[in-house]
Amino acid sequence: MSSPLVEVKDLAKIFDVSAPWLNRLVERKPRLYVHAVDGVSFTIERGKTLALVGESGCGKSTVARLLVGLYKPDRGVVSFDGVDIAATLATPAGRALRRRTQMIFQDPYASLNPRWKVQDIVGEPLLEHGMVNGSDDLRQRVVDLLESVGLSGADVGKFPHQFSGGQRQRISIARALATQPEFLVCDEPTSALDVSVQAQVLNIMKDLQRERGLTYLFISHNLAVVRHVADQVGVMYLGRVVELSEKGDLFDRPRHPYTRMLLDAIPDIHMTGRARTPVRGEVPNPLNPPSGCSFHPRCPHANTRCKTDTPEFIDLHGIKVACHAVQEGRI
Amino acid sequence: MTAPLLEVRHLRVEFPTRRGTLLALDDISFDIAPGEILGVVGESGAGKSLTGAAIIGLLDPPGRIAGGEIHFEGRRIDQLGAEDMRRIRGRHIGAIFQDPLTSLNPLYTVGRQLIETITTHLPMNQQQARERAIELLEQTGIPAAAVRVDQYPHQFSGGMRQRVVIALALAAKPKLIVADEPTTALDVSIQAQIISLLKNLCKEQGAAVMLVTHDMGVIAETCDRVAVMYAGRIVEIGPVLDVIHRPAHPYTVGLMGSIPTMDEDRERLAQIDGSMPRLNQVPLGCAYNPRCPNAFERCRSERPDLIDAGATRVACWLHTETQERRS
Repeated sequence: MSSPLVEVKDLAKIFDVSAPWLNRLVERKPRLYVHAVDGVSFTIERGKTLALVGESGCGKSTVARLLVGLYKPDRGVVSFDGVDIAATLATPAGRALRRRTQMIFQDPYASLNPRWKVQDIVGEPLLEHGMVNGSDDLRQRVVDLLESVGLSGADVGKFPHQFSGGQRQRISIARALATQPEFLVCDEPTSALDVSVQAQVLNIMKDLQRERGLTYLFISHNLAVVRHVADQVGVMYLGRVVELSEKGDLFDRPRHPYTRMLLDAIPDIHMTGRARTPVRGEVPNPLNPPSGCSFHPRCPHANTRCKTDTPEFIDLHGIKVACHAVQEGRI
Repeated sequence: MTAPLLEVRHLRVEFPTRRGTLLALDDISFDIAPGEILGVVGESGAGKSLTGAAIIGLLDPPGRIAGGEIHFEGRRIDQLGAEDMRRIRGRHIGAIFQDPLTSLNPLYTVGRQLIETITTHLPMNQQQARERAIELLEQTGIPAAAVRVDQYPHQFSGGMRQRVVIALALAAKPKLIVADEPTTALDVSIQAQIISLLKNLCKEQGAAVMLVTHDMGVIAETCDRVAVMYAGRIVEIGPVLDVIHRPAHPYTVGLMGSIPTMDEDRERLAQIDGSMPRLNQVPLGCAYNPRCPNAFERCRSERPDLIDAGATRVACWLHTETQERRS
């Protein structure tokens, strides 16, 4: 078996959200930290898709930003093709690394410069990495890229406001593909889009993966979308991955109580009139996470051990899960 | 059959602009029976929120009702003045909006906002209204309601805030609630809580709901009937099961196919090519014809009206033609 393309070990990111220095001094407030990502580990094989799901504030977007080097990790290592990202990006070799990973952002209205023409938006990474010879070559490359995502080559001279949401997201995909990356980090790429347009974008992403052998990290809160695109799924809760397994296992035999809860909570169009058992409680404040297993206040299977000990992330027959109840065989 | 609670007939909403008048809603007709939950789905810009806003009389200027009638309990309400409409809104028709943060006043405590609504519409004094406010918060599942009633909206989480908004909407026991994307800003686990809360409370009070959403899953679980909108018109309306399992309009068929579902694995999602036309570029004939796989000559020149097709009503020439051939 070949080595995985992306390997993440014990990744952590802590944000300082303290009040300003003077306030701390006068009001005697302590420093405050948010453990946005706390000990996350996973690997992604070449040509595969790992999806991370979870509710707002669980740290999935922070993981995405750590993987492309937009944040520096406070602990742990992200290695891409055997190279430590955080250490390499500062060196001259970081340039090549940047070319090989690209990111697609959630909001196609905010991630494209409204004053730039499509030609400039999609062409910038090509110029930045010196991948073109002269303006004719640049124009041709941009046209090819636009056509590969189903847009017309005649669109190069237009501005972003002349496109619909779905078309804009295709422009972001074309921009991300410009440097011929191997790894794409997609942070909620379709959640700002309508369903029929979402279907177009998801289909394009799958086609591109098949044609170019791309590897995806796909961040989403929509489990139905994840089921459609992913090979492996990781479920995050308050900065930790609580369950990680193959797509089939996760959806057919969810182990962690939080995963079960999430799966139960999705409205499905084929479940008309189904009485759901809504989940109790809400996501706790990440500033002050519960002790032990952070899910215990909402968990129907919690016991005293769950309130004090943090469960370890253990491999059980190919399914990695962090839960005392599962590990003890209680559920 | 009982008389409908709300009747909308040939509703037309226009936005005059410098470059001509945009027709945002065109010939919208539907009924809501007492206690019924009607879902309204469609993509952004289809006019679903606008329909809700027109009913509760909160169209943003320069938008205006240019034609048609809205009757509530047999009384025509689309021509009422601002003051009369204000008395109906809240007392008889409640509203829930998408973003619970912007629909609450951040400077007033939750209790004060509830008490204001209650005393405006119901003959209660401050003390009774306060007790009613606490009772409402308890009904919507807010723990320690007696304490929470004196807190400000920023002290509540998103899901809790939406519960407060529901409590506000239900405060005067209205007969109809217009809920515009009530769960879109919330996480899935909270979404389920809010939807079942809304459903149960409305059932208890016998309130009818017009639920505007783009989430077909929410519609399937909650609604009795559903109206599918496209480019300012209703293209299909009928019982929720029929629309989901036997959609008759090609747009509804495409919409259902493009939703990723939990119980089947498909390599590709069915997609509808293109996107919804802008209001100033709605094509002649059926607005869906440029994207429709079954479009023929008549679709490009004449506009179809809603007709009965099986269990649902559909605006599509395919069904008209089959019926004409039969008769």
